[in-house]
Amino acid sequence: MRTLFELIWRNHFVVLFVAIQSFCVYLIVQNNRYQHASFFNSSNAAVAKINEGVTYFKEYISLRENNRLLASENAQLRNMLSKITQVKDTTKPSVIDTLQKQQYTYITAKVVNSSTTLPNNFLTIDKGTADGIKPEMGVICGSGVVGIVQQVSTHYSTVMTLLHTKSKVSAKINANGFYGSLVWGDDLNAHESILKDIDKTVPVKKGDTISTTEFSALFPAGIMIGKVIESKLNPGSNFNAIKVGLSTNFDNLSYVYVVDNLKKDEQRKLEEATQKGNEQ
Amino acid sequence: MILNILQIILRFFVLVALQVLILNNIQLGGIVNPYLYVLFLLTLPVQTPRVLLLFVGFILGISIDLFQNSTGIHAFACVLIAFIRPNWLKLVAPRDGFEPDESPEIRKFGFRWFLIYASVLVFVHHFVIFNLEIFRFSDFWSTQLRVLYSSVFTIVLIILSQYLLYKPEK
Repeated sequence: MRTLFELIWRNHFVVLFVAIQSFCVYLIVQNNRYQHASFFNSSNAAVAKINEGVTYFKEYISLRENNRLLASENAQLRNMLSKITQVKDTTKPSVIDTLQKQQYTYITAKVVNSSTTLPNNFLTIDKGTADGIKPEMGVICGSGVVGIVQQVSTHYSTVMTLLHTKSKVSAKINANGFYGSLVWGDDLNAHESILKDIDKTVPVKKGDTISTTEFSALFPAGIMIGKVIESKLNPGSNFNAIKVGLSTNFDNLSYVYVVDNLKKDEQRKLEEATQKGNEQ
Repeated sequence: MILNILQIILRFFVLVALQVLILNNIQLGGIVNPYLYVLFLLTLPVQTPRVLLLFVGFILGISIDLFQNSTGIHAFACVLIAFIRPNWLKLVAPRDGFEPDESPEIRKFGFRWFLIYASVLVFVHHFVIFNLEIFRFSDFWSTQLRVLYSSVFTIVLIILSQYLLYKPEK
């Protein structure tokens, strides 16, 4: 026993080095587990406060662009509104449908920190549990899908954007309704993404629009994701890898909407119960 | 001595702030991410206790990690640098050795010596960080290219900062 202690003492520098490095590896592994609440990230309030200060200045620089985006989104919403009211005018419902409840609510949030050049990119937004944000909520903006909420603190949350190697969003080609998963890799830049699992026989044209599907409990269906840039056959498989130009510009995101699906729990419970029933 | 320590602590905060507030927002061609903050570990006094060096490396790395959502990666690389540094210094020590309380800086040991001393540590640091971030072997060469470009850029920044901040001794 004594010689053991002596051995450790003689090599205490190396032992300490190995101990600290193991702790670092533990932190890296833990951080990589999807959606694990940890202290060491930018949803930490003190860190987010500093980032907020930086964003304050950045916002001024991109003010003109943001104004343009908001104006175009307003116009789009106005168009939709006029369509809805027109329909109501002509076909007046005689019965009030009490079963039809609102499915999605939206929480506005300001982006306080973002990255687009790292291999795994995140946003930090200034809303947290105090504003009703929970992990695994979808995040969209005026021009398209942004990402998925990952970690939440009282007043801040981090969002895993589409520009993350673990991000996976169900997406479909609007022209023919075929669907696949949207993923990202590090040979892609901040404006591109890959739609995979589309059968090679499916006709895909350059410029076809890609949007969210009905399957995802995170996003409402039909939210714009982007347009097809090119379609290539994945060597050795029956599937095409379709390169998609993202409609969201991650470089100058300022305001985003967090999607709260009011029926999400219901859908999940039902699906889990079904799965359990099948296993028995 | 106390003044010296205060100066070192101040340098820590200035370098971390410079890194997270400015350099992390700079992107050159999407492949160059300079990590100037390693300068802090490079210029600590030669006599710094080795164990203290490990802890300082960990604190420096984890502070950068906090802002990058990369928990542990920078800490890992910095502790590795802190581990290598004493032996590396012994290896490249000038003929008459170091004086106590001396820091490895360009004004004392000249451009050539400092370039060799800093390049190796910066390259190891960047190599570990970029490869841990990707953590797979696909796109291996494009990652190594990023390591190379970013290291060169960081070394240029380090040399520039040495000439800007320290007046030559007369």
